[in-house]
Amino acid sequence: MTAVTAPRRRLTEGRAVPVATMVLAILVIWYACTIWLNARWQLQVFDRAGQADWTIWQFVAGTFAQDRPVLPAPHQVLVELWNSVAMQDVTSRRSLVYHAWITLSATLLGFVMGTVLGIALAVLIVHNRAVDRSLMPWLIASQTIPILAIAPMIVVVLASIGLTGLVPKSLISTYLSFFPVVVGMVKGFRSPDALQLDLMRTYHSSRGQVFGKLRWPSAMPYLFTSMKVGVAASLVGAIVGELPTGAAGGLGSRLLAGSYYGQTTQIWAALFMAAALSATLIFVIGLVERIVLKRMGVRP
Amino acid sequence: MNVAMPGHTTVKSDPVPANFGKPVIEARDLDLTFQTGDGPVHALSKINLTVRQGEFVSFIGPSGCGKTTLLRVIADLEQPTGGAISVNGLSPEAARKARAYGYVFQAPALYPWRTIGKNIALPLEVMGFSAAERQTRIRDNLALVDLAGFENKFPWQLSGGMQQRASIARALSFDPDMLLMDEPFGALDEIVRDHLNEQLLKLWAKTQKTVVFVTHSIPEAVFLSTKIVVMSPRPGRIHEVIDCDLGTDRPLEIRETPEFLAIAARVRDGLRAGHSYD
Ligand SMILES: Nc1ncnc2c1ncn2[C@@H]1O[C@H](COP(=O)(O)OP(=O)(O)OP(=O)(O)O)[C@@H](O)[C@H]1O
Ligand SMILES: [Mg+2]
Repeated sequence: MTAVTAPRRRLTEGRAVPVATMVLAILVIWYACTIWLNARWQLQVFDRAGQADWTIWQFVAGTFAQDRPVLPAPHQVLVELWNSVAMQDVTSRRSLVYHAWITLSATLLGFVMGTVLGIALAVLIVHNRAVDRSLMPWLIASQTIPILAIAPMIVVVLASIGLTGLVPKSLISTYLSFFPVVVGMVKGFRSPDALQLDLMRTYHSSRGQVFGKLRWPSAMPYLFTSMKVGVAASLVGAIVGELPTGAAGGLGSRLLAGSYYGQTTQIWAALFMAAALSATLIFVIGLVERIVLKRMGVRP
Repeated sequence: MNVAMPGHTTVKSDPVPANFGKPVIEARDLDLTFQTGDGPVHALSKINLTVRQGEFVSFIGPSGCGKTTLLRVIADLEQPTGGAISVNGLSPEAARKARAYGYVFQAPALYPWRTIGKNIALPLEVMGFSAAERQTRIRDNLALVDLAGFENKFPWQLSGGMQQRASIARALSFDPDMLLMDEPFGALDEIVRDHLNEQLLKLWAKTQKTVVFVTHSIPEAVFLSTKIVVMSPRPGRIHEVIDCDLGTDRPLEIRETPEFLAIAARVRDGLRAGHSYD
C-alpha cells in the first residue's frame, strides 16, 4: 500500500512547492502595486488631515485600508468575499452567492444550448460538403463581431418581444460557446484515420453506423477540450449579458454597480467569484472527461 | 483438396486446377493509375488473374509493386481505371455490399476505445447479429486465435502479435467466404509468425475459405499457398504465377523438404527476374 501511494504523495509535494511560490510571488507583487497605485490618494488623505509627520508604516497601512482604493489589497478582497458570501443570507441581494447563482444558471443554460448547437453544426459540416463550404465562413465571421457591441442589442431586441431575464443572457452565452465546440467537433469527427474508415467500409456500414461507432467515439477527447473552452466563454457571455440589464442581478450587474459607486473591492470580489466559478466548471468537465475516457479504455 | 495437381506447375496466365471450385475472383486486363501531385503512378498494369473457390493465393513482390493496391481493388476500396474485375460473379462493389470478404489490414486497426471482445463484435453489430449470437461468436473466434480470456482487455494491453490475431478473429467473426489479408504477420517475429502461419493453415483447411494473402516472405508464401502470384514493379504487374502443390497437411518441417525448397527457389528466381526488368 505505502509503496503504491508514496510516489503519488511525492508528486503532490513536487507540485505544491512551485504553486506556493507562485502564489507568494503574486501576493508580493499585488501588495507592491497596492501601495504604488493608492499612494496618491493616501498623500491627499494625510494632506487634508494636516498630518505632516506620518511614518512610512502609517503610509503603507493607509494604502491597505482605503474605502475606495484604486487597487484593493488582497486581504481587503478576502474580507469583502467573506462578508458577501458567508455573512449574508444566500437569498439576499447583498449575497455574492445569490448573484453567482443567477450568472451560473444563465451560463449553464447557454452552455448546454451552445454545446448541442455546436455538435449539431459539426455533424452537418462533416456530412455535407455544401454545408461545410457555405457555413464555415459565416461561423468564423460571427466570432469576429465584438460581443460587447451586440450584447446590448440582443438584450434590447429580445426585451421588446417580451423576453427578459435568463433567456437573453443564455443566448449570448450560446453565441460565444457554440463556436469552440463546432471547431473542436469538426476536427474530432474527422480524426479517424483512413484505415479505421476503410474497415467500416468493408462491412458495408451505413453513414449512421460510421458516425455512431467510429466518428463519435473518436471525437470524445475533442469534445471535452472544446467544452472546457466553451464553458469559460459561456460564463463571459452571461456576465456580458448582465451588464446592459443593470439592476437585474448577477455577477455582471455586481461589476457594473461596483464601478458606478467606485466600490473597487466589490468589483474584485465579483471578479474572484467569476474566476472561481469558471475554474469549478472546468474542473467538473475535467472530472467527467476522466471518467468517460477511463471507461473508453484510454491508457492511464 | 489433397488430390495431386496436374503436372504443369508454372503457367503464365491462369492455371486451371481441377480440384478447386468455381472462380471467385476474375480480373481481366486490370489497370489502375493513381493521379498524384507529381504525375500519374501506374500502380497496376494488365492484371489477369483467376482465384478459385477454396484456393490460398499469395501475392509476393518487392515493395511498391501494387500488392496492396490489387487487394484493395478486389475489396472495392480502390477503383480500377481500366479492365474488368468480378468477385463472386458480381462487381467488387456489389460483392462488398454482400459482405463477401473479411479484410485483414497490415496494421491491426483495432478501435482503441473498444475491448477486444467488442472489437470482434464490431462487424457483427454493423451486420445486425443478435446480442446472444455476438457473444457466442466472440467466444468462438477468440478461442480460434488463442486469445480466450482476453475478451475484456483493451487493445493497448495486448502485444502486437495478439492484436493482429484479434484483428484476424474480427475478420472471421461474421464468417465470410473469403479472406483478404494484407501482410498480416509482417510486423511479427519469426516464432510468432510460424505459429500463426500454422494456425491460419489449419483454419483454411478446416473452413475451405478462399484466402488471398499478401506477403514479402518467400517461405511464408510457399508454406501457405496453393498458388503464388509473383509481381514486379513499375508498372505493377504479374510476372509469374507458380502453383504450389504441397497438399493441405503441412507441418512446419515441410520447409526442409526438397519439394518446398524447389518451389521457394522458383519464387526467388521469379522475383529476381521481375526486378531485373528495370
Ligand atoms: N492512394 C494512393 N495514391 C497515390 N499513389 C498510390 C496510392 N496507393 C498506392 N500508391 C502507389 O502505388 C504503388 C503501389 O503501391 P502498393 O501500396 O500497392 O504497393 P505494395 O506492393 O503493397 O508495397 P508494400 O510491399 O511496400 O506494401 C506505389 O508506387 C505507391 O506509391
Ligand atoms: Mg502493401
